[in-house]
Amino acid sequence: MAAPAPPPPDPQFVLRGAHSAVHALHFCDGAEGRPLLLSGSLRGLVHVWSLETRRPLTALDGHGGQCVTWLHTLPRGPQLLSQGRDLQLCTWDLAEGRNAVVDAVRLESMGFCRASVLAEGPQRWMVAVPGRGNDEVQVLELPSKTSVSCLKPEAGARLGMPMCLQLWQAESSSRPLLLAGYEDGSLALWDVSTRKVCSRVACHSEPVMGLALDPRRARGVSGSAEKALAVWSLEGQQALQRGPGSPSPGRWASTHLGLTNPGIADVKIRPDSKILATAGWDHRVRVFQWRTMRPLAVLAFHSATVHCVAFDTAGLLAAGSGDQRISVWSLYPPT
Amino acid sequence: MDPVASAVRLEVQEAVHILSSSEDGGHIVSTLQSLRRYLGEMETQAPPGEQEEFSRTHFSTVLRCVVGKLSPNWLDLLPDGQLKELWASFFLEGPADQAFLVLMESIEGAASPSFRLMKMAQLLARFLSAGRMAAVMEGQCGQQAGPASRLLQETLLTRVVGLPDRLGNRLQREMLAAFFPQNYFPLLGEEVLRVLQAVVDSLRGGLDCSVSFLSQVLGKACVHGRQKEILGVLVPRLMVLTQGNCLWQRVCWRLVECVPDQAMEAVLKGLVEAAPGPEVLSRLLGNLVTKSKKAQFVMTRKLLFLQYSCSTPVLQSLLGYLAMDSQRRPLLVQALKELLETWGSSSAIRHAPLEQQRYVSKAVLICLAHLGEAELRACRDELLASLMDGVKNRLDSSLPPVRRLGMTVAEVASARLHPEGPSLKFQYEEDELTREILALAAPWPMPDGPSEAGLPVAPVGGESPDQETVDGGGPQAGREGSDSELDSDDELVPYDMSGDREQRNSKTPAYVRDCLEALTASENWERWEAALQALEGLVLKSPAATREVSLELAKVLLHLEEKTVIAGFEGLRQRALVAVTVTDPARVAEYLAVQFYALNYSLRQRMDILDVLVLAAQELSRPGCLRRAAQQGSPGPGSQPSVAAVPAWQAVVEERVRRKTRRFCKGSAGWAAAAGPNEFNAVAGYFFFPLLQRFDRPVVTFDLLGDDQLVLGRLAHALGALMYLAVNTVVAVSMGKALLEFVWALRFHRDAYVRRGLLSAISSVLLSVPAERLLADLPDELLEARSWLADVAEQDADEDCRLLAVKALLVLEKLRDRLLPLSSP
Repeated sequence: MAAPAPPPPDPQFVLRGAHSAVHALHFCDGAEGRPLLLSGSLRGLVHVWSLETRRPLTALDGHGGQCVTWLHTLPRGPQLLSQGRDLQLCTWDLAEGRNAVVDAVRLESMGFCRASVLAEGPQRWMVAVPGRGNDEVQVLELPSKTSVSCLKPEAGARLGMPMCLQLWQAESSSRPLLLAGYEDGSLALWDVSTRKVCSRVACHSEPVMGLALDPRRARGVSGSAEKALAVWSLEGQQALQRGPGSPSPGRWASTHLGLTNPGIADVKIRPDSKILATAGWDHRVRVFQWRTMRPLAVLAFHSATVHCVAFDTAGLLAAGSGDQRISVWSLYPPT
Repeated sequence: MDPVASAVRLEVQEAVHILSSSEDGGHIVSTLQSLRRYLGEMETQAPPGEQEEFSRTHFSTVLRCVVGKLSPNWLDLLPDGQLKELWASFFLEGPADQAFLVLMESIEGAASPSFRLMKMAQLLARFLSAGRMAAVMEGQCGQQAGPASRLLQETLLTRVVGLPDRLGNRLQREMLAAFFPQNYFPLLGEEVLRVLQAVVDSLRGGLDCSVSFLSQVLGKACVHGRQKEILGVLVPRLMVLTQGNCLWQRVCWRLVECVPDQAMEAVLKGLVEAAPGPEVLSRLLGNLVTKSKKAQFVMTRKLLFLQYSCSTPVLQSLLGYLAMDSQRRPLLVQALKELLETWGSSSAIRHAPLEQQRYVSKAVLICLAHLGEAELRACRDELLASLMDGVKNRLDSSLPPVRRLGMTVAEVASARLHPEGPSLKFQYEEDELTREILALAAPWPMPDGPSEAGLPVAPVGGESPDQETVDGGGPQAGREGSDSELDSDDELVPYDMSGDREQRNSKTPAYVRDCLEALTASENWERWEAALQALEGLVLKSPAATREVSLELAKVLLHLEEKTVIAGFEGLRQRALVAVTVTDPARVAEYLAVQFYALNYSLRQRMDILDVLVLAAQELSRPGCLRRAAQQGSPGPGSQPSVAAVPAWQAVVEERVRRKTRRFCKGSAGWAAAAGPNEFNAVAGYFFFPLLQRFDRPVVTFDLLGDDQLVLGRLAHALGALMYLAVNTVVAVSMGKALLEFVWALRFHRDAYVRRGLLSAISSVLLSVPAERLLADLPDELLEARSWLADVAEQDADEDCRLLAVKALLVLEKLRDRLLPLSSP
């Protein structure tokens, strides 16, 4: 018990060469199972990094020099989805060394909201993107690009713009659900097929900047511009309740986990649900134990705002920052 | 009647004669048997007239006679203790009061350790255990007290209540357990209850009864200090019996009413303490306070103003009792008025012990909680006037607990008296007492509104179910599916997170001059904060650079205002100022000490000056002790990585060295404190004398001898501390002399805080000035101080003052003891 805490860890390696602030990160498996890291930059490039050589393999230019905000790969292909501030959602084909835009969807919203994707069938996906109206969320089906539903809060709800999205399908039911964080700091759980809000809770007093959900435990965490994280849980997929220690809806401050500095840009939970990482405006990445929300580490490596974090299935953690660097960490390796 | 009387007399005379002379067992027994006829327990009873005559006139004589005969031989005249039984039966069956009196008389008359004494004591114990005491008292309840029997009652009363004492005196170490007060008085309580039961029964039967003897017994027992024992038995039983029974209630009221005036206080206090709540008290006492002047005095004045020993629940049941009946409520209002007046009177604040002030405050709040809107509105102006007066007086006090009492009570009281107006709001730290006081302020339901009591319960009950579901639901759902895979979570060891601090953008200044500039001119608040935080470290790091600007720096720091919300501003400023003073003591200390009496400063700044001077003096006289504490408090923001890293590698290296080194023995490692010259020696005068110069000369904004007594108290404390720190310095003697003069001038100050400061100053003079010099140079002052200390130790109202005076006296004694052996040989 008396053993002193080990000194803060160093990154395993650092990827330099993005030449602009890194706004999106995504791990994927490349050809022959080689792990790759994709990063989206402020200047509109998507870099593909090899984690073995630690060098960029290619740089994809498809967003006309506008910031790439979101990256995700689909298992077929590999096929890459990228969202940019040029209002395009591009589909890339990366198989066999190709790097061409296969398809693009025109987005309607200028907001900062990142998209979310959910596999519906073997070749069909559902993508949630911010919609045309200020407070709308649009759900598209890929690859057909048809809009399957438009989730618009009832008049007078005054939620503001959607800020972050998470599509999700519970194991027990076939109905896809969408968790959306809004500008006014509240979270809403949508039933996509009925286009109704199942439940809503005011978690933050500032816009929700990022959220992550652990579907197995129906529990999630969200970060905003304020000095705290909120932990909440979804009960029976119908009610949205805030996590341990929040008895009544009227007193929601107690659910919060205070932070030293305000501002969270992104939250991710590791696929094995053991730890979670936050990207902070204070240049730091914070790591918590997911089950207990015990702080585990504060990674103070970057010298500018950390915009995004991503976890590998093998347990690697990557953080992309405004200082143009991507740091890769290996913490608490999964057993 | 005459023939009957003479017949009985003849018979008794004969019997007494036989008993006193005969040695024949059979004869004695037959005589006793024939006497027993008069007691009426035998088959062959004497006629009632004769029985009455016997018990009235002759019973005591016979008893005295048989007691006189008591001896081992006499009892052995018949086998099997027959005679003994017969003998005892006279005491246990005859008229109880006479038997009791004769028993007590013979016990008191017996030679101290003797067969007869022990026999009589055992008989008395039997008498008690047979419940005859009830008979003794019951006998007094039926009679109308004539002049003769009043005397008898008086005797009986003293015997009944004084029994344990009297027997204790006679029996000494042979005392029987039954006569110990802790056993006897509960028994007496039981007996009183039985008599009361009999009284109630006979009242039901339409007979007249008086409980005044019982009241007297009760009163006397309470006056003897046996409230706990006797009322501990009586109150719980009476509580049950009086519930819903008017007759019992009336008897009980009468019982308390008849208590003699001189015992009323003892009885009432015992009852208030023993009763578990105001309802019970009200059932037991009825409207006693409106009927008896004495009771009213005890309940509304003595227990509230003159004593402060009652615990809070007792106080609550006392005031609750006053509140429970409409006839008594005017008394409660009156009590509240007087309580508030006392609470706010400046003389009481100065002279009453703190304990009592707390007690009065609690009483005020309990009264307020009991009184309703309408009643309060009726006398609101009066109450508010005395409340506001009191708040002002209390806030003027220099003792923090007194001020805090003022704030808490004023907040609650103003909200209660003036619910629609703006409420008072003070800033104070919560502690045990304030929480207790605030808890008292919750309003009680009015006596006729039981429905109100039900209201607050309902929402709580309504809330709790869904509270449970939420509490139970979330974590459970989280745990269910994942226990197996997440068992190992606890092994995740957190990394060191001490470097996780608030982020700031601007760079911290690296030079003292930069700091100075940032603090004076900067409009960049982050830079300003950073400068303030870095200043102490920079000053300590570069003393030479600091000396160049020390006066300017001190001036800036002294006038610094908290312009942004920065954590620990006061502490940062103070530490920086201390560091500057330590670096350039002579100039800065003199400057600060002179500024203390300058015109344009707030009291806060003046007190800061005192604090800084004392801390700097401490740092100078014991280098290192402050700096170490300060460093632990706030490590510089720039140096985190190294600070965090050093212990790690150091530990590793030390561990390696330890493993590779073989030691034969270990020396003591504890003498690390480095010796060095006392730097305070040279500059003590700069710290001390300017502070003493002008305390009696008021300026427009600063009047030490007038309103600003708080600062005067701080000044006295600071001077004492400086004196103490000047131990072993050359100037200590002249400092001591000056300080004793200062103390002498102020010794009768009315503020307790100032007096405490003076007393601690005397102690430090005694500790710091060498004893020989003290006696040689200051003998008169010492004598005067000593007599003053003795006075304070005995008479001061403030407990801390008394304590400090006693401590100073002890130091003085020790000095004398140390000097005397030197001078005597």
